[in-house]
Amino acid sequence: MQRHLISAADLTRDDAVLILDTAEEMARVADRPIKKLPTLRGRTIVNLFFEDSTRTRISFEAAEKRLSADVINFTAKGSSVSKGESLKDTAQTLEAMGVDAVVIRHGASGAPYRLANSGWIDAAVINAGDGTHQHPTQALLDAFTMRRRLVGRDAGLGRDLAGRRITVVGDVLHSRVARSNVDLLHTLGAEVTLVAPPTLLPVGVGAWPCEVSYDLDATLPKSDAVMMLRVQRERMNAAFFPTEREYARRYGLDADRMARMPEHAIVMHPGPMVRGMEITAEVADSDRCTAVEQVANGVSIRMAVLYLLLGGNEPAVTHARTTEEK
Amino acid sequence: MSKILIRGAEVLGGAPQDVLIDGETIAAVGTGLDAGGAEVVDAAGKVLLPGLVDLHTHLREPGREDSETVLTGTRAAACGGYTAVFAMANTFPVADTAGVVEQVYRLGQEHGYCDVQPIGAVTVGLAGRQLAELGAMHESAAGVTVFSDDGKCVDDAVIMRRALEYVKAFGGVVAQHAQEPRLTEGAQMNEGVVSAELGLGGWPAVAEESIIARDVLLADHVGSRVHICHLSTAGSVEIVRWAKSRGIAVTAEVTPHHLLLTDELVRSYNPVYKVNPPLRTERDVRALREALADGTIDIVATDHAPHPHEDKDCEWAAAAMGMVGLETALSVVQETMVDTGLLDWAGVADRMSSAPARIGRATGHGRPVSAGEPANLTLVDTAYRGRVDPAGFASRSRNTPYEGRELPGRVTHTWLRGKATLVDGKLT
Repeated sequence: MQRHLISAADLTRDDAVLILDTAEEMARVADRPIKKLPTLRGRTIVNLFFEDSTRTRISFEAAEKRLSADVINFTAKGSSVSKGESLKDTAQTLEAMGVDAVVIRHGASGAPYRLANSGWIDAAVINAGDGTHQHPTQALLDAFTMRRRLVGRDAGLGRDLAGRRITVVGDVLHSRVARSNVDLLHTLGAEVTLVAPPTLLPVGVGAWPCEVSYDLDATLPKSDAVMMLRVQRERMNAAFFPTEREYARRYGLDADRMARMPEHAIVMHPGPMVRGMEITAEVADSDRCTAVEQVANGVSIRMAVLYLLLGGNEPAVTHARTTEEK
Repeated sequence: MSKILIRGAEVLGGAPQDVLIDGETIAAVGTGLDAGGAEVVDAAGKVLLPGLVDLHTHLREPGREDSETVLTGTRAAACGGYTAVFAMANTFPVADTAGVVEQVYRLGQEHGYCDVQPIGAVTVGLAGRQLAELGAMHESAAGVTVFSDDGKCVDDAVIMRRALEYVKAFGGVVAQHAQEPRLTEGAQMNEGVVSAELGLGGWPAVAEESIIARDVLLADHVGSRVHICHLSTAGSVEIVRWAKSRGIAVTAEVTPHHLLLTDELVRSYNPVYKVNPPLRTERDVRALREALADGTIDIVATDHAPHPHEDKDCEWAAAAMGMVGLETALSVVQETMVDTGLLDWAGVADRMSSAPARIGRATGHGRPVSAGEPANLTLVDTAYRGRVDPAGFASRSRNTPYEGRELPGRVTHTWLRGKATLVDGKLT
């Protein structure tokens, strides 16, 4: 494992499988009456959020607290950042207060990379989403969810997603989730197909390790998992598609379309969902949709990442505690 | 003024010759010239060129003296072998009146390191709506002949047409920053494989090419000449080549950085590589080099764009666009064009001195190295190789993409009308 987690593309297959396996251990903690491990006691983690993202911040915060870390939440609004302070000064100020890791969400692609590689600070940097670049913990929790559902919770341990066919549908152009998923799923041996109107695919997508299709109906029967990306209604104002109705007709997932998927196939969504746009309520609320499960898995994945980045040299506390309790 | 004898210089890369400067003029060129009482400069093994002329420099004064001033910028120019620079109009206030261009011109004359020829804005405040007083700027002491809204594209086709027509009355030229604004909203880097991966807003080649195509057709239609700033794509080369074959009066420039660097460097997210137009692909770099060699692209211009440290020491999206270039331009051209065999030193003299002087009507610059001509000269140690150290720059800014990179060639002497501005690599 590297010292930082900036991009899903930085993870080797073995790194990724180790994180998924560790997350399974962390998930067991969630089933206990006391959901807390002492692993990161005395370590301080700052959640440095320059962009609003309540769900990701809360997920990281829950993970940090379950590992007994001291948590500082920093949001840009109302802070010195809004008064013109630079990313560098903000980060250095926080580090001067003795921070061991920075979880950063930033609207500018590459901001976490700069933070990790410019010599500004020494703390470990974890990317919680940067611009339209990467969101590696989202890709990890998605892969975790797929492995559990498609391979099996126990059967999946130590294994990757070789040969699984994953379809990602929607606004790929503006999506860090899509980029991270393509990278990680490719590393894990899955076959990825992106489906979107051509306007919502980046120029240069041909170089990505995946297939591209404009035809959702043709792709669904060949999918083990279908991940629907959020599509903001405002995109139609920039002529990415004519109307939300047309988008929903051509690329939205409704019950009819879901019926074309293989029986074992799951529907995924990173949230927040725009019901009626990329996904109908019927699909979103069906048993095949893992959106809520993904949120729960997010905490386990983030615990695993934090544990491996910050406490990886110490004994795997999960095992020790489990033994004690027995 | 005293006499100087430059002994044994390879004039334009040719056989060694002596060049005698008397006052502001080259008195004689030949072999075995008598030094007489002249100060002798040993130029054995070095290449003597006419003083370089930069058609595209940002001196930042007035308004952004924290990044560069006319003094620091012209000192940087002298270090780079330049004897004349054209100062872009995007200052604060904008150089859109006779008053501002005269001020910048006079500052250049006062400091004496390099002639400063101001470029006038095409439109008031670079806003693209109303023509600035182009005639008044031309008639001012600054004698402006090149007009540009550089940094912004004159995107309104009617305004561009009128500007092209209007400056014909006094032999002016419009230098277009070719960037279709709607296609480049939120643009952060070249649109392609790398931008797709990095998630940075794309600046598509077509945004440059479509404006160039329009403008060469406009220039043809109204019988004017047009100059294309910092051409950066293989497609733009094809359009200019086609226009020239039709006899359209178009000239074009390429920057040193577009001859050497590609968008692969952006993977570092280091804003030192953030520039407008953006770094393109290897294929574009090859096309630009070939076009400069065959004359499709007429000149090398630096687009020297100084920025204070804090404007680059940040995340990519927040950073300013631009690179300093005056002090490294000749080295980059040697690396990319001369050492690759694409251009000889006579070709470099054309692309970096004679042709830009001709396009900008800079009298007294870009002249042959022969008796009777103004003594604007640059002496280059072409055998030198060294790493770029921005700490040694004369420019007030350090935003170079070449820090630590080994490059060939070093300007040792620069003479502006017989007066040395640079001696043994040190400013006078």
